[in-house]
Amino acid sequence: MRMLLAFAAVGVLALGAAACGSDDNSNGGGGGNSNLSGTIKIDGSSTVGPFAQAAAEKFQGENPNVKVTVGTSGTGGGFEKFCAGETDISDASRPIKPDEEAPVCKKKGITYQQVQVANDGIAVTTNKDLTVDCLTVAQLKKLWNKGSKVKSLSEVKSGLPSTKLSLYGPGTDSGTFDFFTEKINGEEGVSRTDYQPSEDDNVLVQGIEGSGGGLGYFGFSYYEGNASKLNLVGVDDGSGCVKPTAADIQSGKYKPLSRPLFMYPSEKALARPEVKAFMRYVVENYQGIAKDAQIVPMTSSQVADAKKELGQGEAKAS
Amino acid sequence: MEAGTATTTRRAVPYIGAARRRWGEDLIKGILFLAALISVLTTTGIVISLLRETVVFFQSVGLGDYLIGTKWTPTFQPASFGVLPLLVGTFLITGIAMVVAVPLGIGSAIYLSEYARPRVRRTIKPILELLAGVPTIVFGYFALTYFTPNILQDILHLRVDVFNALSAGIIMGFMIVPTVASISEDALTAVPQSLREGAFALGASRLQVSLRVVFPAALSGVVASVVLGVSRAVGETMIVLVAAGQIASMSADPRGPHYTITSFIGAIAKGDIPTGSVEYKTIFALGMTLFLITLAMNLISIRFVRKYRQVYE
Amino acid sequence: MLLLGVLLVDVVRDGIGQLSFDFLTSFSSINAKQAGIEAALTGTIWLMAVCAAFIVPVGVATAIYLEEYADNDRWWNRLIEVNIQNLAAVPSIVYGILGLAFLVRGPLSLGNVVLAGGLTLGLLVLPVVIIAGREAIRAVPASIREGSLALGATKWQTIWRQVLPASIPGIATGVILALSRAIGETAPLIVVGAATFLAFNPSGLDSSFTALPIQIFDWISRPSNDINNYKPLAAGGILVLMILLMAMNSIAIWLRNRYEQKW
Repeated sequence: MRMLLAFAAVGVLALGAAACGSDDNSNGGGGGNSNLSGTIKIDGSSTVGPFAQAAAEKFQGENPNVKVTVGTSGTGGGFEKFCAGETDISDASRPIKPDEEAPVCKKKGITYQQVQVANDGIAVTTNKDLTVDCLTVAQLKKLWNKGSKVKSLSEVKSGLPSTKLSLYGPGTDSGTFDFFTEKINGEEGVSRTDYQPSEDDNVLVQGIEGSGGGLGYFGFSYYEGNASKLNLVGVDDGSGCVKPTAADIQSGKYKPLSRPLFMYPSEKALARPEVKAFMRYVVENYQGIAKDAQIVPMTSSQVADAKKELGQGEAKAS
Repeated sequence: MEAGTATTTRRAVPYIGAARRRWGEDLIKGILFLAALISVLTTTGIVISLLRETVVFFQSVGLGDYLIGTKWTPTFQPASFGVLPLLVGTFLITGIAMVVAVPLGIGSAIYLSEYARPRVRRTIKPILELLAGVPTIVFGYFALTYFTPNILQDILHLRVDVFNALSAGIIMGFMIVPTVASISEDALTAVPQSLREGAFALGASRLQVSLRVVFPAALSGVVASVVLGVSRAVGETMIVLVAAGQIASMSADPRGPHYTITSFIGAIAKGDIPTGSVEYKTIFALGMTLFLITLAMNLISIRFVRKYRQVYE
Repeated sequence: MLLLGVLLVDVVRDGIGQLSFDFLTSFSSINAKQAGIEAALTGTIWLMAVCAAFIVPVGVATAIYLEEYADNDRWWNRLIEVNIQNLAAVPSIVYGILGLAFLVRGPLSLGNVVLAGGLTLGLLVLPVVIIAGREAIRAVPASIREGSLALGATKWQTIWRQVLPASIPGIATGVILALSRAIGETAPLIVVGAATFLAFNPSGLDSSFTALPIQIFDWISRPSNDINNYKPLAAGGILVLMILLMAMNSIAIWLRNRYEQKW
């Protein structure tokens, strides 16, 4: 009993000292600009999430008094909050919907600027034991369309394994979901419903990795980080089978599942110096951030456009 | 007689000097009463908050659809709000958990109260308390990262998905063992020694005494502990959220993923929900359902104890 | 018993390499090698402080009321008692919903901040403090009270000067047990909206926050890949949490043993 008590006491003291005595210690260390302060709330796509998180980390390293929080409620969920005025920047893996979401923002008086920050492709992956090399868009549609009862790949194309599938995919708040259903099933939001939905791409990867019949789709960056554990399926849209790589995504060769990733700062937020500095930081340091987040970076011409877009936004804000 | 056992008889302390009643005394009593009201306010708050949104929910979703519908897809178009798959998931996992917890818990209780030497009792009881204090997320971690891959997939060669109900259920069972064990053990030790001695005197073996004499006498307490265990299992969120996956399925196959009422609320809430949206309303309707189920179980448990308790001396 | 051992060994094995001063003082990061739990740890400490500040006065006051003042024949007093028993068995996630509806949104509209999180946890564990407090107060024998009153003290003076001090160890044990339950609760915090990615310590009661169990949950949810391995982080976080818990329980046991009074 005495031993336990002593051990416990030492443990608590150590933790206490560590927690209390290092409030000014941060990952980046070093000097940096301490003039900026404030809170920046970011929420939205879980595909853009890691990018925003990496950006937040690096930015906070140089500006320790700015607090950045990053949520991942999905592109749709993010816009709902954004248009309710609850967040400063919305992460999105698809443009804001002009007929559903933009009017809500307009009604609430929230104006914003669309800025591209990175690229992404949607990777279709399977469990390592489920071998399939390539699927056409039509086959993918047969598998994922609304009302589909397909239980195994052999029903989509003969010769493929007949293992019972465990399907994983983004939930309905996800931009990835909107994009995939539009490109593959022909209409946004149209999809079969008997799969495991999650806005959190991590959960999808875990699920596919661990289930013999796992198959699903999510952002390419999540594949890249887990390449050795998953089987990547090439997509054929009529011009040959293409397996996504960073280069193919940037060039648009990986069709139809390549797309730009956006951040939408609100004008109101951009008027604040810390938010302005943050967005500037993002477009200036896009390479390093993308590398940390394992996301496909923009091409140089896309960067030039992004800077222009941001400039427009800043002008409107002030 | 120890003051600690005076549960039902509280001696009225004579208040001498009633003539000089300071108004301060009444004020203090009032303040304390208000503090006690907070707990009532909490319950009222829970009921009101759940009820309000649930009513709104049922204005757009029919009660019949909710109760007997077999598809739970509230966020898809077209949305379907049948709660049955969630109930199937909840009770499937609870069932598995109780299959583990009841024998282990009651067994440990019988062992501790009838067989164990005092020294053994003194070491095991704190360990049980420790187990009872482990945060449920630790159990969830264990289920997902160790139990499923190593035990279920490697050692037992079961074809389970990485997120499955079996793993969550078994681990939840272990989490509930301390609840069942400690309440059952209290009930068993409350049985007076005279009953045991009488049976021994008649030539019964220890096993016979434990199972035929002591256990039936403590039955109400043991049953109460099981009902409480079920209630805990139904209300448990983290183990399921981490390890049992996210599909609302009607199948009773535990090798695949299953949403329960609690894990659905947790999964939706993790994305953080805007007020007034479809998701917001569903968590209240589900929360209400959950609250009613656990309330019913707790009332049954209390009733059981009161009705069947054998009073000694 | 065996299972607990296996569980512990596994966690320790995974997490022990993780524990270092850096771990405690770094914030969460995408880069697993740099990630740490400082924000989560300080968040947890803030939450516990708010929780304790709430449950001690309210819990003790309620316990005093029920034991010393409440006349059991009145229906409202019986209602309060039954109420507390029921509250102790409500699933923790329902408390999260309560917090979301009343504290974060709704009438108080505090937002996803430390104050809301701490109060939600406080409501969750309040019954523990009340029940423990009642036991402790009840254990003080009537002779003490009678003696005090015989000397001319008022009821409140008796309670404040005699009964309470004698029951403090029991009450303290109850508070510690309540806090050790609160510290590990994840579900209510998820619903109340503790952000999962945060790289700063809370700056006040109105600041966003994260907490140890939430951070652990976040790390568990990330699949470990070739570049970043999150599993040891989760294990490390669990170890820190367990150490805190063991410390708290040891203090509670020590209190109980040291101040156990034989009347």
